[in-house]
Amino acid sequence: MLSIEYAYWLIAAFLLYTGLRNLRERHGWRAAFWLVLGALFGGGDYILAQQAAGNALPSELAGAGVIALALLAPRLRRTAHVESGNSERRLQSAIRLGHRLFVPALLIPLVTLLVALLGAHLFIAGHAVFAAPQMTLTGLALACVVALFAASAVARTPVHDGVGEGRRLLDAIGWAALLPLLLAALGQVFTQSGVGTAIAALAVTFLPTSSAFACLLTFALGMVLFTVIMGNAFAAFPVMMAGIGLPLLIQQHGAHPAILGSMGMLCGYCGTLLTPMAADFNLVPAALLELRNPYGVIRAQVWSALAILVTTIVLMWLFVFH
Amino acid sequence: MNYWPLLGVAVIVVGFLLRFNPVPVVVSAALTSGLLAGFPVPALLALLGKSFVSSRMLLIFVLTLPAIGLLEHAGLREHAQRWMARLQGMTLARLLIGYLLLRQLLAMLGLTGVAGPAQTVRPLLAPMSEAAAEKILPVLTDADRDELRAIAAATDNVGRFFGEDVFVAVGGVLLIQAFYTQHGIELTPLSIALWALPTAIAAFVIQSLRVWLYQRRLQRRAAHAQSAD
Repeated sequence: MLSIEYAYWLIAAFLLYTGLRNLRERHGWRAAFWLVLGALFGGGDYILAQQAAGNALPSELAGAGVIALALLAPRLRRTAHVESGNSERRLQSAIRLGHRLFVPALLIPLVTLLVALLGAHLFIAGHAVFAAPQMTLTGLALACVVALFAASAVARTPVHDGVGEGRRLLDAIGWAALLPLLLAALGQVFTQSGVGTAIAALAVTFLPTSSAFACLLTFALGMVLFTVIMGNAFAAFPVMMAGIGLPLLIQQHGAHPAILGSMGMLCGYCGTLLTPMAADFNLVPAALLELRNPYGVIRAQVWSALAILVTTIVLMWLFVFH
Repeated sequence: MNYWPLLGVAVIVVGFLLRFNPVPVVVSAALTSGLLAGFPVPALLALLGKSFVSSRMLLIFVLTLPAIGLLEHAGLREHAQRWMARLQGMTLARLLIGYLLLRQLLAMLGLTGVAGPAQTVRPLLAPMSEAAAEKILPVLTDADRDELRAIAAATDNVGRFFGEDVFVAVGGVLLIQAFYTQHGIELTPLSIALWALPTAIAAFVIQSLRVWLYQRRLQRRAAHAQSAD
């Protein structure tokens, strides 16, 4: 049965390979960075299993590993990705191969789509082929492997060269790849430390609670602000709902719960488009596209996000109290 | 109420404003908030480590890199650009708005993992956008290319975020429903998802308009350049 754990091991193998290649090229800091990260990925299932069994030592070591990564990251200089091969050769190859080059690239979304749609119905000898949790992501991992072999067949290049090219891209992305995981961990620590409840308590202290509009605006902007800080609307939602949405808007002013919940969450999504804390949507794409400004994607999103936010707040004001 | 953990937020804000490397800034913020909330050091380390490995799925995009690296080595971006340049009637705005629509519809079906910055934007959408822009303004500066790529990534994000909450079985809708259930209000996922539709339509209109305005700006610059010749 294919499950998400195999994808994690595949990532671990790729990270360790990147580390070892850097070690051989005597980039010591980079090698250490990718090797520590690879070890965290490879050991992840063991760490979680031990934690569930009541042994916290592996988790504590993982925490120390995270701190080690934080100390190593500033030593990774962001080098621009050196295009491999000269542009003339790539152009010749592009003319020779033509549309065949699209096939492996499109296989990534297509295979993912097929697994997402049909994966639950695939059985071999009575055993499910795909495990239910995270099936789409398992499909994405499978799609990447299929696409790599297809690309190697189309370009008549050994698979190993592809892994080498991938490693160069990963080195170009560098520490930005790590941010989404770190921010997810930070969100957990913030929640457990009571940062959210403290902010909601502060907001309520200064709020004129008798005005429905003031409450609604505080709720909506609070969702945005909190998402900007936490990088994730899902972390902001329970806090803002418990602090303002439920006691003031629904119970005191009679707001419609479905509209408030749905549109409140969407206000949070506008915040996601504005914040470097949502690294996987904003900073990682900037690194992936090799933009000179790491905040380039956010800059391209600001006006869309603000316009969508204003529209959503107006819609909410029009519908939520009827 | 213990307000001291809020200093972790201050660490983040100051760190990002001073443009320090974000990785140590984020870890320092976590340590600050955790310690000020009174966590003992081993428990804080365990919380950090456990949360980190529980979100490993966020790094799955790196698996696309070998296939994409190999294809780019074989000329994928060059081919996408040449093909775009040949396609009659395919303008920058049509390309990006078409992609936005597709991305939103896929997200509405719960298929957010199908497209994304690594899966579709870097190998396909970004080079095609550059080629479509070159049809308008043949000489693009490096800053133009950066802006085009950023717009492609932004279009992908807008499509994803304002499509996914229209799907009933997606995390956001289920989270909203679960919160209400905990507090004694029963709602069906469908009633929540339906109210995401007005914003989804607004997001489509707004982003399309911005793409179209950008295209018009390029066209004006091209006209200026021509009249200057």
